[in-house]
Amino acid sequence: MRLSYPTNVKIIKVPCTGRVDVILILKAFENGADGAYLVGCLEGDCHYLVGNLRARKRVEYLKHILDECGIGGERVAMYNLSSAEGQHFAEVAREMTEKIRNLGPNPAKQTAVRKI
Amino acid sequence: MIVANRKPFEEIIAMLKPYSKILLLGCNECVTVCATGGSKEVAVLASEIRLYRQKEGRPVEIREVTLERNCDPEYVESLNPFLHDYEVAMSMACGCGIQFVGEHYRGRLVLPAINTTFEGVTEEHGVWAERCQGCGNCVLDKTLGICPVTRCAKSIFNGPCGGSQGGKCEVDKDLPCAWQLIVDRYKEMNMLDKYLEIQPMKDWSTSRDGGPRKRVREDLKI
Repeated sequence: MRLSYPTNVKIIKVPCTGRVDVILILKAFENGADGAYLVGCLEGDCHYLVGNLRARKRVEYLKHILDECGIGGERVAMYNLSSAEGQHFAEVAREMTEKIRNLGPNPAKQTAVRKI
Repeated sequence: MIVANRKPFEEIIAMLKPYSKILLLGCNECVTVCATGGSKEVAVLASEIRLYRQKEGRPVEIREVTLERNCDPEYVESLNPFLHDYEVAMSMACGCGIQFVGEHYRGRLVLPAINTTFEGVTEEHGVWAERCQGCGNCVLDKTLGICPVTRCAKSIFNGPCGGSQGGKCEVDKDLPCAWQLIVDRYKEMNMLDKYLEIQPMKDWSTSRDGGPRKRVREDLKI
C-alpha cells in the first residue's frame, strides 16, 4: 500500500491489546512520551474473545489517572481497526499526532527539559 | 479478606508534599486481592506521584516494596536495612499493616494511602461486599449463615424491621434486607419454627464495645 504516517509514532507490538496494563502506558509517559494510543482488533473480533474490550476499560481508567496527576487523560486513546484497514491506520496515526501536537509536550517532560 | 479503597490522589499528594525520598509499601495479602494495595497498585501510584511531582518541577525518588504481609513481624523487619534511608514511608496496606510498620520504626512516619473499609468477599470480579464485623460472638448458626450484625443496617436480632420493603432495606433500594434473606433461608430449609425463637439482647462486650481485642495462645508463644 506504501502509505505514510507520521514518523514520530513508535509502534510497540503486543500479542493482544488485552496484554497492555495501565502501568505500561504510565511508564511511557514517565519516559517522556507525549501521547499513547492503543490499536486493537474490531470489537467482537478478538482472537482471545475480550482482550480489546478489557483494553478499552483500562484506557478509560488510565484517562482518569492521567487527569488526576495533571498529565491529561486526553493524551491516551483507544482505536479498533481490522488488519485490512491500512488506510484507516495511517489516518488514525495522523489524527492522534495532530491532537497531541495541539496539546503540546507531556508536562512532566517539559519541566525536566527546562531544569536541564 | 480486608477490603480497602485508595485515598483520593489530592489527599495523597498533600501528605507527601514535604518529602522527596519516599518508601511506598504494598501488601501481598488482602489488599492485593481487592486490587487496592498490591504490587500493581503500588507501581501505578508510584508512577502517578512521579509524574505529578515531575510536572511540578519537584522530582521525587520512590522505592516500591510489597511485603508478603505487613501484619507479621518477620516480614516487617525485612525493611530494616533500608527504611531509614527514606524520609517517609507511605503504605498501601490495611490499617493494621500501616500501624504495625509504624510501631517497628519509631522516628519514621508511615502515611496511609488507602482507607481500610471492611471485611468482605469478592461477589464477582471487581465487586466486593461486606460480610463480617468481627463482633466476637458468631450467631451464623442461628441465622443460617446470614449475618444480621453486618448485613442488617440496624444490626437487629429479631427482624425484619418496618423499613424492609419488597425484600429491600430502606437504607438503599439495591440493598437486600438481611432479615428477609434469613426468613427466606428458614423457609428454604423448612426451619421456620426456629425463626419464632426470640433472640435475647446481644452481649456486645466481645465486640469493639469492650475496647481493642487481643488473643493469646500460650502454647504457641516462643
